[in-house]
Amino acid sequence: MSGLLAGKRLLITGVITDASIAFSAAKIAQEQGATVVLTGFGRLSLVERIAKRLPEPAPVIELDVTNEEHLAGLADKVREHVDGLDGVVHSIGFAPPSCLGGGFLDAPWEDVATAVHVSTYSYKSLAKAALPLMSSGGSIVGLTFDATSAWPVYDWMGVAKAGLESASRYLALHLGKQGIRSNLVAAGPLRTIAAKSIPGFEQFEDAWAERAPLGWDLYDTAAAGKAICALLSDWFPATTGEVVHVDGGYHAIGA
Amino acid sequence: MATRAEITSGLGEILEEVAGVNPDDVAEEKSFTDDLDVDSLSMVEVVVAAEEKFGVKIPDNEVQNLKTVGDAVNYIEANH
Repeated sequence: MSGLLAGKRLLITGVITDASIAFSAAKIAQEQGATVVLTGFGRLSLVERIAKRLPEPAPVIELDVTNEEHLAGLADKVREHVDGLDGVVHSIGFAPPSCLGGGFLDAPWEDVATAVHVSTYSYKSLAKAALPLMSSGGSIVGLTFDATSAWPVYDWMGVAKAGLESASRYLALHLGKQGIRSNLVAAGPLRTIAAKSIPGFEQFEDAWAERAPLGWDLYDTAAAGKAICALLSDWFPATTGEVVHVDGGYHAIGA
Repeated sequence: MATRAEITSGLGEILEEVAGVNPDDVAEEKSFTDDLDVDSLSMVEVVVAAEEKFGVKIPDNEVQNLKTVGDAVNYIEANH
């Protein structure tokens, strides 16, 4: 098998529909020679249907990243399909409605805590759960939405993403000795299920397409999928703690 | 080619499996959200299941126009 990811064994979270960024990453990874195992949360039956739409139907393991039992059992469940892991994709985030859509000043701590638990702390939790399978090093890749600025309506999810960006750097620090890299892809706005659940998210869609030097396609998840696969590959061997923007260049432009 | 009645009953099976809807409640004039209590993520799965069952592709921008069972039957009938 040839390809950028020939022989790589990958665990990919966050597939919910075929518009998911994680679906694009899984599809491209398979096309590039990887073996993919998925995890799903909540509507597992939907994830299983979507998993069958991949070039190579992929097994789905149930994983709630806030469930300690799920995390503790993850390595054994993955071993039923592959004998180790070379890469992990974290494409997980959630914030209760109070945390999004302009309610920044009023969101209660319990809701914010949920957002941070699922969207930030879970990056570490997932990495740690996968660690027993990564004895020969590997690559962990997460998804952020550029958290260096405040965005309309993104509110506490933006704070959680800022935490994620920091958590990725700390993961890079703590796992570097084991040959494990941690990097994030900062994608521009994409019309995924996650985006649709944020009221008012369309506010920055138009500006993005206008301002990004390369333009921006709200439906093209392949650009992010390819970047994820590149970071999972052996072609970024000395890169860790990094955030790669896949946003048409929007972040580089002031106005 | 499936008839309208066959499509409706096929959708009824999907709605029962995916969203726990009583198939006897499924009729063309029923709204997915208001009458059948299908939440947005369940609707996503209904669409995926319908695409497979009827061999159609239902793009995202069409899904928002499918308010009632009849809307879905019309789309599937015209496109499968």
